[in-house]
Amino acid sequence: MIPLQSAPFIHTANTVQKTMGTVLLALVPATVFNLYLFGLPALFLFIVTVASCVVVEAACLIVAKRPIQETLLDGSATLTGWLLAMSLPPWAPWWIGVLGAVFAIALAKQPFGGLGQNLFNPAMVARVALLISFPLAMTSWVLPHPLFSASAPGLVDAFSVTFQGQVPDAMSAASALGYVKTELSRGIPVSESIKQVPDLMDMALGYRSGSLGETSILLILAGGLFLIRRRIISWHTPVGLIGGIVVIASLFHFLDPARYASGTFHLFSGATFLGAFFIATDYVTAPVSKVGRFVFGMGCGLLTWVIRTFAGYPEGMAFAVLLMNSLTPIIDQYTRPRLFGRDRKGRPLAIQKGDRV
Amino acid sequence: MKLFPTRGGVHPQQRKDRTREQGITPLPMPEWLYIPLQQHVGSPAKVLVTPGDRVLKGQMIARCDGTISAAHHAPTSGTVETISDVTAPHPSGLSQTMIVIHSDGKDEWADLPPPLSDSADLAVIRSRVSDSGVVGMGGAVFPAAVKLDLGLRYKIDTLVLNGAECEPYVTCDDRIMREYSEEVIHGAQIIARVLGATRIVVGIEDNKPEAIEAMRRAATPHSEVQIFPVPAEYPMGYGHDLILAITGRETPVGKRTAEIGAVAYNVGTARAVDHAVRLGRPLISRVVTVAGGAIREPKNVEVPIGARVIDLVSFCGGFSESPACIVSGGPMMGQPLPSLETPVVKGASAVLALSAAEMAAKKEGPCIRCGACIDACPCGLVPVEMAALIRRENLKAAEKIGVADCIGCGSCSWVCPSHIPLVRYFHYANGQMGSQERDRRKNEYIRTLVEAHTQRMEKLAAAKRAAQAAKKAPARREEVTS
Repeated sequence: MIPLQSAPFIHTANTVQKTMGTVLLALVPATVFNLYLFGLPALFLFIVTVASCVVVEAACLIVAKRPIQETLLDGSATLTGWLLAMSLPPWAPWWIGVLGAVFAIALAKQPFGGLGQNLFNPAMVARVALLISFPLAMTSWVLPHPLFSASAPGLVDAFSVTFQGQVPDAMSAASALGYVKTELSRGIPVSESIKQVPDLMDMALGYRSGSLGETSILLILAGGLFLIRRRIISWHTPVGLIGGIVVIASLFHFLDPARYASGTFHLFSGATFLGAFFIATDYVTAPVSKVGRFVFGMGCGLLTWVIRTFAGYPEGMAFAVLLMNSLTPIIDQYTRPRLFGRDRKGRPLAIQKGDRV
Repeated sequence: MKLFPTRGGVHPQQRKDRTREQGITPLPMPEWLYIPLQQHVGSPAKVLVTPGDRVLKGQMIARCDGTISAAHHAPTSGTVETISDVTAPHPSGLSQTMIVIHSDGKDEWADLPPPLSDSADLAVIRSRVSDSGVVGMGGAVFPAAVKLDLGLRYKIDTLVLNGAECEPYVTCDDRIMREYSEEVIHGAQIIARVLGATRIVVGIEDNKPEAIEAMRRAATPHSEVQIFPVPAEYPMGYGHDLILAITGRETPVGKRTAEIGAVAYNVGTARAVDHAVRLGRPLISRVVTVAGGAIREPKNVEVPIGARVIDLVSFCGGFSESPACIVSGGPMMGQPLPSLETPVVKGASAVLALSAAEMAAKKEGPCIRCGACIDACPCGLVPVEMAALIRRENLKAAEKIGVADCIGCGSCSWVCPSHIPLVRYFHYANGQMGSQERDRRKNEYIRTLVEAHTQRMEKLAAAKRAAQAAKKAPARREEVTS
């Protein structure tokens, strides 16, 4: 007796594992550049964060009695850990990475039922939880200290930065967004403070302070375009997000340049590109249709600008993504495609006179 | 000509290379033929023969029963051995009534009806097609003659001839268009005349350049026939999609394509119509692609209806490896066959013996909401959402977002990186809702019966009371008067 299946009897060669692998591949250039830029402490933190995510995922799977090996091999925990690491201050102490992994996997992902079930982006839940709980550690930025350069910490110093939490004061720096915000609160207009931040070319190339993986806009863009080309993501989310942030920032900048930073500043600062191509494009927590993804991206962009501009935190990408995550079901509901042979409201199309030639 | 955009679609590996250059070869007449009474949409045919009867090739052995039905004919000469229940070519493995014919090896033709001229009366052509047992051979198996009547009710301007053949592996229509292009075009002209259509557009996927070329050559003398290459994208051969791509007209849900002025016929069906009208020959054979990784020598075979799958497989050199699945039809929408003993029916475009490696079947994983199923769906459905609802048995909600509009093309299942059998959920939901609807109607009917009964009883009781009252009434009156 031949076993019976039902159609279709053939299948795409694509798998979840391959998809995750492609996203990880797309992250490699930006990650390698930033590990070079921020040196050994960043590398230590990166390894600790990714490894912790995998270990926490395994622990959760054991507790939940779910299959361990195939779930770990799907690559989703690695990707969460990777994205989380990229959103941390590069010289943050090791326990930030470990706690972040616990927040991301044991709080935001597995309790909902594991891959595909979580409502909120695990990496962003972790980042926000860490930021609220440990504001100092999460906002301690450093200037670039490229590997092999004179100012780069050696192995011993790097070890003490990551595992003993000893960051030399002289090495710390503010991020551009943080600097502008602090100056504004001291009464110095944006138009003045903006002169102190690295110029746009440096910001685009990534030679600036910032989170572990967010600084090189060009490399992130390259990774993102690679994902679009491989049809892992569509252009809708990044265009919506970047469009949203640039349009509203430029509009307000035009109205009051002293109070509001320009569109290009917002575009090149913080996590705009990382968020647009790698965070807001997370399948699980974003809407499923293309129109929905555009709306979602735009919402993320607008909210990021609002938080950066009016709220207490200098960067708002993580908050914006989480807020939009909560709107995902509603966006999904209102952005279903039109059905074949029906109008937008679901009624059968009328037979038009023009149909008869 | 301009191509109109269609929605969704997927690009599975074509895998047509092993058979596309294999010319159509006839299957040696098998000793036994099994002709199911129902090979088509509609009611089963009515048997005209009894066991022991000698039948001749092309003789009608079962006739149409009802408006939507199709006749069947003896594929060769021989004796009716029995009329009994044999395993049907259907995944259920249920048995079905079949006429079993033992071939006498003479292949002797019956007296066929006379050829009809191109200018024959339309009603005569219609009844000829009906008497010849022609059904849609692209897989829909809708009686062809019934569709010809559409011209009486609707104004049809375009006949779309479907040579898309979007299913992987299958090359039978490709071969028919290459080898019998003139028969196909003549058949199409007959159909167009009956329908009242003034133009014929042949839609052929651009992965069949030789077929496009052959059809172009055959169409050259006929100005009303246009050959229209369409992009190779599954499910381009879905009638509504092809009509949309060619004419830009979108068939409203619940309507026939005829209502927007276009009707689609498969190229194989057109050839069968040509045979019926020009030669008086009924549909007693069809071209079947025998392919798949487990078939030793894949071929395109002209198979008498009723030959068993095992006859085809052995004609094609048998299995080179143990097949993981035997499919009747294409790999995207075909039916799994429960046994090699099942017969080839009029709608079977292919018999595929697939190897495990080709099927690439994997364990179902969790949905990651990638949305690939939405981009793939030609109907604009949201498979991810419908499947989630159906999994929770929330069929009403799934119905609200359109599960009944699913055409079952399987693109969503094909594209899913988590290998979730999405289309199976929709078949299940539509089946459930169908049976719920039947139950509801049945209950409704029972309720009306019960109500009618109660009413009748009440009426009787009322009449009885009235009679009693009438009896008592005079007595009472007397009391009053006294």
